[in-house]
Amino acid sequence: MDAAPSLAPPRRNLHRFANPGRFLRLSGRVLPWLAGAAMLLLGAGLGWGLLGAPADWQQGDAVRIMFIHVPAAQLALGGYLGLALCALASVVWRHPLADLAAVEIGPVGAAFTALCLATGSIWGKPMWGTWWEWDARMTSVLILFFLYLGHIALVRAFDEPERGYRAGAILALVGVVNLPIIKFSVEWWNTLHQPASISLTKAPAMHWTMLAPLLLCSLGYACAFAAIVTARLRAAVMERRIRALMLARAQAAG
Amino acid sequence: MTHLPYIVASYALGLLVPAGFGLAALLRMRAARRRLAAVDPRMAASQ
Repeated sequence: MDAAPSLAPPRRNLHRFANPGRFLRLSGRVLPWLAGAAMLLLGAGLGWGLLGAPADWQQGDAVRIMFIHVPAAQLALGGYLGLALCALASVVWRHPLADLAAVEIGPVGAAFTALCLATGSIWGKPMWGTWWEWDARMTSVLILFFLYLGHIALVRAFDEPERGYRAGAILALVGVVNLPIIKFSVEWWNTLHQPASISLTKAPAMHWTMLAPLLLCSLGYACAFAAIVTARLRAAVMERRIRALMLARAQAAG
Repeated sequence: MTHLPYIVASYALGLLVPAGFGLAALLRMRAARRRLAAVDPRMAASQ
């Protein structure tokens, strides 16, 4: 049987956000809400975590470092996943904003990975008696940090930006292999780092008085990450528009 | 509170990193908007 011709309107895909004016208008509306949500959630979550959550029977008050360390780790991985998705959108669909988004996610993801490593180290000293151990979880997160730094350097290493974007996209896609290694490192190897306390398939291994502020902090940091990347991307789109206009005027002037 | 210096250091980093990046992004965005308004006032006004 022949298929009837479709009368549905053209599929609305991600390319409709490629228009700089449309992206700037939409992101301009979303950004204040993201920033406001980040401040509210972080204020509530960090305040609750620092002053309201109970101390751990084994770790004492040092457990409060968790409210910074765990969201930073989640965003280190989530940010890299976002970077890789932008790389995929750039390589496969040639989405014009994907390259710019990848460039802007890189430094923010690197900063959150550094925050994860630093707070992990600060937490490790009183609990394990050492600032650093070359165990699987810590080493794989350090490799993630170097992947971010490599991406930041690579996209800026070429005179022709397109070549830098392409090289950075390939690195981002290859580096995705490190994400499951980080996630499952505590199960695949015998590590100093504890296994995950929160899972999608099992009940959480912590009391709600610790879980609730942790979720608030995770959401708050996620909103902060999204707001920072959106603001940087807005600036990058405007800077690109300025460069294009200046170039066009210079060429018109002869 | 036990381990206070470690907790203070962690929370200071946890606030400084997003605040620093947020402020830098805000200043960059404002500078870009000013320059765009000088080059293309129509697009800058439409945001």
